[in-house]
Amino acid sequence: MSGERVGFAAAAGALIARDLHLALRRSGDTLQPLGFFLVVTALFPLALDPQLSLLRDIAPAALWVGALLSSLLALDLLFREDAQDGALEQLALCGLPFQGLLLAKTTVHWVLTGLPLVLIAPLAAIALGAPYAATPGIVAAVLLGTLALSLIGAIGAGLTMSLKRNGSLLALLVLPLAVPVLIFGARATALAIAGEPLAAPLYLLAAFTVLSATLAPWALAAAVRIGLE
Amino acid sequence: MLKFLAMGGYARYLWPCYALTAAVVGLNIRWALRSLRAAQAQARRRIASVRAVS
Amino acid sequence: MAWVWFHRFGSPPHFYRLATRLTPRFAWPAALLCLSGLIGGLVLAPPDYQQGDGFRIIYVHAPAAWLSLMVYVVMAASAAVGLIWRMTVAYAVSASCAVIGASFTALALATGMLWGRPMWGTYWEWDPRLTSELLLLFLYLGYLGLRNAIDDIGRADRASAVLAIVGVVNVPIIHYSVIWWNSLHQAPSVMKFGRPTMPAAMLVPLLLMLAGFTAYFVALLLIRARGELLRRERNARWVAEALGATATGQG
Repeated sequence: MSGERVGFAAAAGALIARDLHLALRRSGDTLQPLGFFLVVTALFPLALDPQLSLLRDIAPAALWVGALLSSLLALDLLFREDAQDGALEQLALCGLPFQGLLLAKTTVHWVLTGLPLVLIAPLAAIALGAPYAATPGIVAAVLLGTLALSLIGAIGAGLTMSLKRNGSLLALLVLPLAVPVLIFGARATALAIAGEPLAAPLYLLAAFTVLSATLAPWALAAAVRIGLE
Repeated sequence: MLKFLAMGGYARYLWPCYALTAAVVGLNIRWALRSLRAAQAQARRRIASVRAVS
Repeated sequence: MAWVWFHRFGSPPHFYRLATRLTPRFAWPAALLCLSGLIGGLVLAPPDYQQGDGFRIIYVHAPAAWLSLMVYVVMAASAAVGLIWRMTVAYAVSASCAVIGASFTALALATGMLWGRPMWGTYWEWDPRLTSELLLLFLYLGYLGLRNAIDDIGRADRASAVLAIVGVVNVPIIHYSVIWWNSLHQAPSVMKFGRPTMPAAMLVPLLLMLAGFTAYFVALLLIRARGELLRRERNARWVAEALGATATGQG
C-alpha cells in the first residue's frame, strides 16, 4: 500500500463489489439460503389443509419465518472467512471508518438474502389474491424488515464469528431480537393481502429498522473488534 | 388450618407456585455460595503453587 | 468528590471487603421482609372478589417477574460500565447477574402459567406479559450461551457486554411489540383484579415481598461478585491477603 489516501466511498464500493464477486463465485453457498427460503415456504402448505383460504392466512407468517431463517443461514458467510484469513483485520487497521466498512459488508448480506425477497414478495402476495394497490405496502414492509434482519443478524454474526461453527447459538442470539420485525412485518403483510390499510405496523416496523440502523454500527464494530483480539 | 391449606380451591396451583419459588430461592443461595467457595479454593491453590515454585 | 467514591468502589480489594461486610446486612432484612410479606399475603389479606384465594400467587409471581427485569437491567448497566471504564468489578457484577436473572425469569414463567391455568383455562395464552417473559428468558440464555462459548474471560466479558446492551435496548421494544400484537385479540389479563385499585391489605404484603426479594438479590449478587472478582484478578497481591483474612472465619 503506497501512501495514497483512498476515499471512503471508493473503498466501500470496492468492498461491496469484492464480497458480491466472491459470493457469486461460490454460488452454491450463496444460493443455499434462498433455496432454503423457498423450501420452507413450500413446506407450510404441505403441513396444512390445501384449501386456499387457509393458505392465504398462513402465507404472511410463512413468508416472514422463512425470511428470518434464511437470513440466519447466510450470516455465517458474513464475517467468518474474512476473520480467518486476516482480511477483516486489514479493514480495521486501514484508517477508514470501520463502522462504515462493516455496514458495507452487511449490505452485501442484504443484497443476497433480502433483495430477492423484496422482488418475490409482491408476486407471491398477488398470487394469493392481494389487490394490486397493496403492492407498494408489501414491498415497503419486506424492504424494511429484511434490512432490520440483516442489521440484527450482523451483530450476532460479529459476536460469534470467532467461535466454533455453532448455528444454534447464533439463532438463540438473533431470534429474540428479531421478534418485533416478525410481529410488525407479518401483520403488515397480512393486512396488505386482505386489502386493509397497513400504516400502523408499517410505521412501527420503520421505527424499528431506523433504531437498528442507529444501534448496529456501534454494536457491530464493537463486536468484531472484540472477536479480532 | 385445613381451610388455609385448601386456599379456596386453588391449592393445586398455589402451593406448587410457592414450592417452586422456595426451590429457586434456595438453589440460588446454594449456587452462589458454591461459586464463591470454588473461586476461593481455586485462588488458594494458585497462590500455594506459586509459593511452592518461588 | 463523586469520582473518588466511584473509583474506590471500582477497586477490587475494596469492593471485595465491602461485599463481605455488606452481605449479611442485606440477607437478614431480606428474610424478615419476605417473612412478613408472606404472613401478610397468605394469612392476613382478604380474598379477591373475582379470583378468590388464587390471587395470592401474585406474592411470588410479581417478585419473580420484577427480579427478572431488574436483574437484566443491572446486568446490562454494569456491563456498560465495565465496557466504558474497563472496570473489572463491573464485569464481575454483570457476570453474577446472569444465572440469578435467568432462573427467576423461568420462575416467573412457571408461576404465571400456574396462575393462568385456573383463570384462563389453559396454561398458556400468549398473554403479552408471559410472552415477553419468555423472550426475556431467551435473551438470558443467549447471554449465558455466549459467555460459555468464549474461553477467555476478558473476551467473554466484553462480547457479552455488547450483547447485554443491545438486549436492554430491545427489551422495551419487544415488550411493546408483544402488547401491540396481543391487543389485536382481547385476551383477558390475569394480572388485573376485581377492584380498580388494590386495597392496602393486599398491597402492603406485595410491597414487602418486592422489597424483600430485591434485598435478597443484592445479597446474592455480593456473594457471587466476590467469586467472579477472584476469578478475574488471578495474580493480584490483594487476593492472598483477602483470602488469608477469610480463612480466619469471616468468609
